[in-house]
Amino acid sequence: MSWSIGHSVYRKDGLEKVTGRAKYTGDHSSKDMLHIKMVVSSYAHAKIKAINTTKALKVSGVRGIVLGQPFPLTGEEIKDRPPIAYDKVRYHGEPVAVVVADTALQAQKAAELIEVTYEPLPVVNSPKNALLPGAPLVHENLAVYERIEHVYPEANTNIADRIKIRKGCMNEGWKASHEMVEASFSFSQSDHMAMETRCVIAEIHPDGCVVFTSATQSPYMIKHLMSDYFNLEDGKIIVKTPLVGGAFGGKVAVQLELIAYMASLAVGGRPVKLVNTREEDMITSPVHIGLDATIKLGATKDGQLTAAEILYMFDTGAYSDKGATISRAAAVTSTGPYHIDNVWCDSLCVYTNHPYVTAYRGFGHSELSFAFERAMDMLAKKLDMNPLELRMKNAILPGQTTPTQIRLNESTVGNLPNCIETLKQQMNWNEGQVIPINDRKVRAKGISCIWKTSTIDSDASSGVILVFNRDGSVNIESGVVEIGMGTKTVLAQMLAEKLKMDVNKIFVKMEIDTQSIPEHWKTVASRGTLMAGRALLKAADDAIVQMKDIASRVLMCSPDELEVGNERVYVRDEPDIYIKVKDICYGYKYPHGYAIGGQVIGRGQYMLRHLTHIDPKTGVGRPGPEYTVAAQGAEIEFDTRDYTYKILKAYSVIDAGIVLNRKLAKGQVMGAMEMGLNFGSSETFVFSEQGEVLNSRLRTYTPFRYGDHPEYVVSFIETPYIESAYGARGLGEHGLIGMPAALANALSVASGMELNRLPLTPEAIWRKKIGVNEY
Amino acid sequence: MNKSEITLNVNSEERSVYVRHSDTLLYVLREELGLTGAKPGCLNGDCGACTVDVDGQAMKSCLMLAIEAVGKKITTVEGLQNIPLKTAFIKKFAFQCGYCTPGFLMNSNSLINNYPQADDIQIKDCLESNICRCTGYKEIEEAVKSVLADGSTGNGNY
Repeated sequence: MSWSIGHSVYRKDGLEKVTGRAKYTGDHSSKDMLHIKMVVSSYAHAKIKAINTTKALKVSGVRGIVLGQPFPLTGEEIKDRPPIAYDKVRYHGEPVAVVVADTALQAQKAAELIEVTYEPLPVVNSPKNALLPGAPLVHENLAVYERIEHVYPEANTNIADRIKIRKGCMNEGWKASHEMVEASFSFSQSDHMAMETRCVIAEIHPDGCVVFTSATQSPYMIKHLMSDYFNLEDGKIIVKTPLVGGAFGGKVAVQLELIAYMASLAVGGRPVKLVNTREEDMITSPVHIGLDATIKLGATKDGQLTAAEILYMFDTGAYSDKGATISRAAAVTSTGPYHIDNVWCDSLCVYTNHPYVTAYRGFGHSELSFAFERAMDMLAKKLDMNPLELRMKNAILPGQTTPTQIRLNESTVGNLPNCIETLKQQMNWNEGQVIPINDRKVRAKGISCIWKTSTIDSDASSGVILVFNRDGSVNIESGVVEIGMGTKTVLAQMLAEKLKMDVNKIFVKMEIDTQSIPEHWKTVASRGTLMAGRALLKAADDAIVQMKDIASRVLMCSPDELEVGNERVYVRDEPDIYIKVKDICYGYKYPHGYAIGGQVIGRGQYMLRHLTHIDPKTGVGRPGPEYTVAAQGAEIEFDTRDYTYKILKAYSVIDAGIVLNRKLAKGQVMGAMEMGLNFGSSETFVFSEQGEVLNSRLRTYTPFRYGDHPEYVVSFIETPYIESAYGARGLGEHGLIGMPAALANALSVASGMELNRLPLTPEAIWRKKIGVNEY
Repeated sequence: MNKSEITLNVNSEERSVYVRHSDTLLYVLREELGLTGAKPGCLNGDCGACTVDVDGQAMKSCLMLAIEAVGKKITTVEGLQNIPLKTAFIKKFAFQCGYCTPGFLMNSNSLINNYPQADDIQIKDCLESNICRCTGYKEIEEAVKSVLADGSTGNGNY
């Protein structure tokens, strides 16, 4: 019998969230708090000639103004970014000055009075243009920046990193192929658009402790990076993170914390609060990466893929921060979930004068999948083969190798053919891809296949502490941030399962405090359930040992004879001989007064096993543990006259391993699918010729609203991932990944054109049709 | 800067507060009255996270001045009595991060009270003014429809 695993247990944060009692970072304020307003660049690339703060300083209530400094330079892989621009600005929206004042209003008034004189510079407006000979350099000093060992910037170019995959022999691959397709694909940057804009409160105490309250996915990384950038003692940096109002990767970046720290420093350590406006959140803080890609595929007559030559040019914007890591993740899984013997891939992280990027749900995968899965459909057309059959024929299987030449097994790769077959049934694929409705409208279907592993630091770790209460209930302390995905509810379910107890007697601490809660590296990469789950099981084992130890003395038997369950510790084959957990979880007191043991405190930690860096020349290596694979589809109703369309149904068949909480899992997948469809159909930044973002507000950015949602058809294949607690695979991102490609494939067959640029607005389709330049 | 004392009726309590004439209702609720349930999302009327109820109608509190609310009956999520709706949001998993939830609850509550027989088009007309970035809206649809189908109104007991 299952105690909790697989049940749709309600969210542990549910009541707080429906009563308005849930507190987010911005909900915290106090009378002694000062307020920050940023002045941001109106140019995408310009020399800062002068900054005049005279008028601003005269505004009543202004306590300080902070301008850019040459150091420290910051960045996770390459230190290329001053927290406040110094000497020149490299993107529209970049912070150039910061005002601290008694009220937000005074800060804003003063910010408007700061006069910045710029000398505009030529702009790099796309990755392709960035690579042209003679392109302006975004970073003149790229060669001398400090960097980690495994990133390879190319001096005097706009290339921040180049990741190479060299598998097999391309000559042989092309020789073996009978048909070939080659095409280019692209989309611009866009935004995460979490409903809570990024915000932070910072304060420096007299003893030197720096305390942040931050809306972040990576409180422990703030601690680490602050220590590194500003040479502070690790123990003196304390980060608190209450509930976070959506993140989608966007709150991985450590940005506002640096500015708030500098601002607090400027006012004697007083508490300061910085809340992004929506417009700042969309362009000043980091964004979703853009891509220019070229893909060349070769296959035999019967559709066996023989060669893939792939060039990904990612638009990291003005700074490399996570852009290099994303480019690497895309290289690792560059071919999509297919077995190909011969692969050549260069994945480039390219500087432009666009906002800089950070992680975005899927971490490079929806991006590469759009390009690769479009190429697969083009190949199928050329082969005159059913696109679903082409995918089935090449689907990655246990025993085969990845582009980084890791051999997979059933546990690590799951069952993609099963996903494809299930999708085929659910979409009623055999009825055809385009079904006429009337003389104007058609119904059309498109599919895509995806896979994803995580490419996080190979020494990333996660810790869990379990603390028992006197009544036998348990508190879970984990460093996973509750950003909406419900991992902490799932952790409670795992513990209920392990201790065979009622999940309602398990409490989870939602807020993070890095001073007391063990680290969970970052709440990213769909890794919470695996890493914190394993740490939790280890902590539970630790607690069980302690309970059995005390109980064995009370029950006068060996601890080996005992089991824990039903809130009792009992003799295995005589369960009537037991002691209640509540009578020993704070130690045991004998009738005459002697006492033994003490509060039971379980501790556990987990670190991913056997991960490696990838080889700089060939890409060989093991950057992540297991893969989640999926087959996805979109069904649309397309108007062939005006190119408008409605998304009728969206499908996901995901091998998620064992599903731990069905409704939470389905919710993650549906939400991600919606995001992917939104990205594919309408989301994009519109850049001017000068690199300015023209639509940095929700009214012009067109997020999906209630009623735009299609019917979701979600199903799970459950091939266990043996390494994880209860067999789950990563799931938080995967619903998004194949959606832009599936939509583009459906629209391409519906319109009879190869639609290789996102987003697919009716206007974009019309432009393609009549041959007007796509913007 | 000039401030005036005004009295607001919020969640059936009379609350006196000093406000600038240009302070929005959202600002005063959050910063002066400590009612942080209504959330800032855009301060531009685009996202609906700040939705409250004013005299029985859903209103984006970032688009209304506090002084305009004098003499009106304001309900925020903290004062929302619609237990069936709140319960439905939990049972249908109609939120993830929860940031847009107060706004969706207040908007849905107004929908349920004003159009207890609402059809799909009316539901869309009302709810499309709010943005949720986590769910695919499906769970919100299910939650709201389950309360409509129950015939429960905002005053109903659970």
